[in-house]
Amino acid sequence: MKGNEALVHGAIAAGCKCYFGYPITPQNEVPEYMSQLLPKAGGVFLQAESELAAINMVYGAAAAGVRAMTSSSSPGISLMQEGISYMAGAELPGVIVNVVRGGSGLGNIAAAQSDYFQAVKGGGHGDYRTPVLAPWSVQEMHDLIRDAFDIADRYRTPVVVLADAVLGQMMEPMTVDDHPIATSPAKPWATNGAHGRPKNIINSLYIDPEELEQVNLRIDARFREATEREVRWEASSTEDADLVLVAYGTGARVSWTAMEMARAAGLRVGLFRPITLGPFPAPALAELASRGRGFLVVELSLGQMVEDVRLAVEGRAPVAFFGRTGGVVPTPAEVFAQIKELV
Amino acid sequence: MSESLTEVFAPPESLAAGPMRYCPGCTHGIIHRLVAEVIDELGVRERTVGISPVGCAVFAYDYFEFDVIEAAHGRAPAVATGVKRALPGSFVFTYQGDGDLAAIGTGEIVHAAARGEQISVVFVNNAIFGMTGGQMAPTTLVGQETTTTPGGRNVREAGNPLRVCELLATLDGPSYLARVTVTSPAHVRKAKQALRKSFECQVKGQGFSLVEILSTCPSRWHLLPIDAMAWLEKNMIPHYPLGEFVSRCE
Repeated sequence: MKGNEALVHGAIAAGCKCYFGYPITPQNEVPEYMSQLLPKAGGVFLQAESELAAINMVYGAAAAGVRAMTSSSSPGISLMQEGISYMAGAELPGVIVNVVRGGSGLGNIAAAQSDYFQAVKGGGHGDYRTPVLAPWSVQEMHDLIRDAFDIADRYRTPVVVLADAVLGQMMEPMTVDDHPIATSPAKPWATNGAHGRPKNIINSLYIDPEELEQVNLRIDARFREATEREVRWEASSTEDADLVLVAYGTGARVSWTAMEMARAAGLRVGLFRPITLGPFPAPALAELASRGRGFLVVELSLGQMVEDVRLAVEGRAPVAFFGRTGGVVPTPAEVFAQIKELV
Repeated sequence: MSESLTEVFAPPESLAAGPMRYCPGCTHGIIHRLVAEVIDELGVRERTVGISPVGCAVFAYDYFEFDVIEAAHGRAPAVATGVKRALPGSFVFTYQGDGDLAAIGTGEIVHAAARGEQISVVFVNNAIFGMTGGQMAPTTLVGQETTTTPGGRNVREAGNPLRVCELLATLDGPSYLARVTVTSPAHVRKAKQALRKSFECQVKGQGFSLVEILSTCPSRWHLLPIDAMAWLEKNMIPHYPLGEFVSRCE
């Protein structure tokens, strides 16, 4: 199954009731499959007139209390930043999938990881961060959507799923779980009609700075709680490693092969793969660094996640970087060449 | 004694108690009241979701006594679409000013109308950006002075004002489009009739409707309230004729 199609099945299994989107390559299979499958599952598909409208439709459906999502690719996600900031400020859950392509500007439709800063650091205005999940396989394109909806509802926040063109377009075997379709938890705050209760208001306007500070602190406290409870990563062969590769998504797939090449050559190399980019698994990396490990961060960008790795390591171990940009996917041989220079 | 008295007039249940923070002579208060009265009369308060705009009516959620969502500038029709699609049984309306609806939100309003989205739109046109201090709006009249058209709106530089009802009337989607005003009791009654038609249109599942209400902004027009009413009638109505532009609701 293709990654973009797996994502649709995962979303429907997660109880997604509304999808709003606008065509952009390389994620067009998502709205196409959604238009076929979501109405059959009792949900709503609507092709919006723009990404701006799509994210605001998600905002409305989320305010009404249902599980809602959109998907796009880099330039479209830039247009959605206004709505994501409003969702963060209004404490609305929702899922935004970015099948990242090469940038900046119109860029190209090849795989890239150059939207890491935008996703992880909060691409819209204001003092907020969004949880970010990074699949690395078609299976995870399916599975992480459910986690994304659960985290969104649990912490009342928009959640970004950061994929890329390779993950969206490649085909892999996949197991569809037989869990029952998830249901949205009760949302007493939802604006779904004040029937037998006082009115509810969904809003991000707080004129009094002291009041807005309290709201921002409340939202930040939830992110901190998520940092304690939701942070996820996968460590492979790091126990004896002299050098640990750090990579996510397609970068981690390339790095995995490079690690195998290194191991075959007798080099002790491991792989650390963040699954949540936000919250970032900094403590686990810090622990590896305290054992004297060196790191090589591999990205499909000029180096964005590497900054978070360096912050986590705090100078306790050397952190090198290798990346290709503009939609160029580094080859395992290129990464292996870097490894040989470092070990 | 109270047992012998009959209540003949009361504030609408859909209107919250307490003062509104609009300027003296501003017609938002009248329009809020009409919206609340019609919602009460249709008996839909408990399934109403209002969408408030960015602009002077941003605090509408304080003044109405039903669920309200505050939307980003111009995006109210998209937010309303999300609510209505998620909850088809709800009554959803947007309350938008001219900057919100006719400048930054033109894409959203045109496409909601073209889709025949099952929502109602209350469009308050006062020909100026009120909240931000009196800048030119898309509906500012030619020659009208604002803080960003200090010599009066000049067509060659600032373009022409937008007639929203006439524009939307070219589409097949809308079921009801009307322009009214609230400068006199007679006009207020007609405005309420238009709102009632619009809201009934949605309740009956008959599609998209919009009521444009020509409104005053005495503070930004630098006029006394009574003079603002006269200015509206003299200058706005000739450019924005009143009446029904589309009426396809039964």
